[in-house]
Amino acid sequence: MAYDKFTILKSTAVPMPIENVDTDQIIPARFLKATERKGFGDNLFRDWRYETDGTPKKDFVLNNPIYSGKILVAGKNFGSGSSREHAAWAIYDYGFRCVVSSFFADIFKNNSLNIGILPVQVSPEFLDKIFTAIESDPKAEVEVNLETQTITIPATGDSESFAINSYKKHNMMNGFDDIDYLQAMKDEIKVFADKSMY
Amino acid sequence: MSNKPATLFDKVWDSHVVRKIEDGPDVFFIDRHFIHEVTSPVAFLGMENRGLKVMFPEKTFATADHNTPTINQHLPVQDPLSANQLKALETNSNKYGISHWGLGNPKNGIVHVVGPENGITLPGMTIVCGDSHTSTHGAFGAIAFGIGTSEVEMVLSSQCIMQPKPKKMRINVNGQLGKGITPKDVTLYIISKLTAAGATGYFVEYAGDVFENMSMEGRMTVCNMSIEMGARGGIIAPDETTFNYIKGREKAPKGEAWDKALAYWKTLRTEEGAAFDQEYTYDAADIEPMITYGTNPGMGMGITKHIPAALAGDSKTSYEKSLQYMGFHEEEAMIGKKVDYVFIGSCTNGRIEDFRAFASIVKGRKKAEHVTAWIVPGSHIVEQQIKEEGILDILTEAGFQLRQPGCSACLAMNDDKVPAGKYAVSTSNRNFEGRQGPGSRTMLASPLVAAAAAVTGVVTDPRELIA
Ligand code: SF4
Repeated sequence: MAYDKFTILKSTAVPMPIENVDTDQIIPARFLKATERKGFGDNLFRDWRYETDGTPKKDFVLNNPIYSGKILVAGKNFGSGSSREHAAWAIYDYGFRCVVSSFFADIFKNNSLNIGILPVQVSPEFLDKIFTAIESDPKAEVEVNLETQTITIPATGDSESFAINSYKKHNMMNGFDDIDYLQAMKDEIKVFADKSMY
Repeated sequence: MSNKPATLFDKVWDSHVVRKIEDGPDVFFIDRHFIHEVTSPVAFLGMENRGLKVMFPEKTFATADHNTPTINQHLPVQDPLSANQLKALETNSNKYGISHWGLGNPKNGIVHVVGPENGITLPGMTIVCGDSHTSTHGAFGAIAFGIGTSEVEMVLSSQCIMQPKPKKMRINVNGQLGKGITPKDVTLYIISKLTAAGATGYFVEYAGDVFENMSMEGRMTVCNMSIEMGARGGIIAPDETTFNYIKGREKAPKGEAWDKALAYWKTLRTEEGAAFDQEYTYDAADIEPMITYGTNPGMGMGITKHIPAALAGDSKTSYEKSLQYMGFHEEEAMIGKKVDYVFIGSCTNGRIEDFRAFASIVKGRKKAEHVTAWIVPGSHIVEQQIKEEGILDILTEAGFQLRQPGCSACLAMNDDKVPAGKYAVSTSNRNFEGRQGPGSRTMLASPLVAAAAAVTGVVTDPRELIA
């Protein structure tokens, strides 16, 4: 089993209403030098979070103690740019299990699902509702139910369903990953490879 | 098989599906896998933790590029963390019998430059690498895209990944490109039209006479940048230009195998009437030399234009944040802006044709005094060509220095970092905040625009310097 099972997540959320957040912001390239998957959370959003001398930037949301939680809510086109899985690792390592946005970049979405972070794509209107709810009460919770594929703001009762294919859903709910699946079909792959022209 | 006309993309994709999962991804077979030092160590570690082995070591190729210094490559790498990653790549490659072109190897260079130039990249293949610009290889009529480290582990251990089939988009550019308009301008133009997320969820086929008349180097530049509009990758149908480029390269098929391959490659075309989910057509005559003014590659414009007022689609705050970071304002001209750094290189524009273009403007001129220029070939083979063709002499004469191959200032993992607040005209692919070093300000452009900036010290329309 590669990561914790995901079923229902009810948590306060951290709002980041910025669009086109690219993976170079999530984890800058100079922090990609590790040969182990450890400690990436410390450098999550490094250059938005800290001054060059290491003091926290007061106006950045992760440094604002009134916001916390396991859900990150971000503006549209989250995770564009580099394919670095380190971006997803940093988000996971920091303690997030779910990212909500109105649009995700492809590779980031794939990488997240592969390591146990649920990307939840909502309509732009619903995204605004979440931001508004958190703005009026930073302790407002968001509930993500993978089984029923719904995301709810309990305080307002607003709710929306989200899409995920049933294969990935099954994996997330059971903590399985693709490597387990592929290992189980190696004979079939071998036969395929024998016929391949390259 | 149905008789519906197929696209080039369908033909290659469908022939690589090992198993279809209902309401799930395809189990997708990979012909070629490239690895480098940054995104592979954790994959090897993961494999070892599960007790797995590399299934087909002969289908994976390793090269060191992201982290490597561009001077004194014969000396031990100073940064201990970088040295550690390079060592890990070497150890893992040796352990599993994977071909490894490390630092100092005459074949070494940026993964997306060395693959094609050694004939490892071929039409009809599926190619992946833990680097988003793997899309470069699509120039050969291959399906090529970037993957994450978990997927690197999948390919190593099973030669497959799990992929939902993307939607299909075709982008046509027809007509004649004007003087001084390069493939980089074509791609920056398309991205400025589509925005940085405009092709998310799609695989793009480029078609039309502009691409048909383009060199392989140019096609690689275009496919390389596909990811910058969110696309999974880009693909161009192989033709005589492609076959001539491949023929005779080290790992390309020879003799009978060549004839057989060629016959197959000629079938790799989109059939008349095949359906795309989305299609765009542009006129070559509308394309100017391009430059970016913001912090994503969609924020580009013709070099003689003025920075637009907030973009449709993006919110005002994101747009303002971006301009503020760059120190620019709406409605300003880009021409004449001071440039501190110039970088020519990367897997986007680090091939021989790019250095020829750069030299064509630099020839007989001098480097602007205040400009720091990093001239970084994409591989040792390119470096060799630069020397043999006399380009090095032109560069030296003008006061430039040639560095050694690697990714360099494209992502600034090594020492080639643009200092905070400084402006760089760069031929690479990303102008994100801090991409070229914390606080760096990047303007993406073609090798010609880079050369014009390097000799004048300000943003300059290269057409004014072309004889
Ligand atoms: S040159 Fe830049 S984009 Fe290309 S492989 Fe290297 S880091 Fe990635």
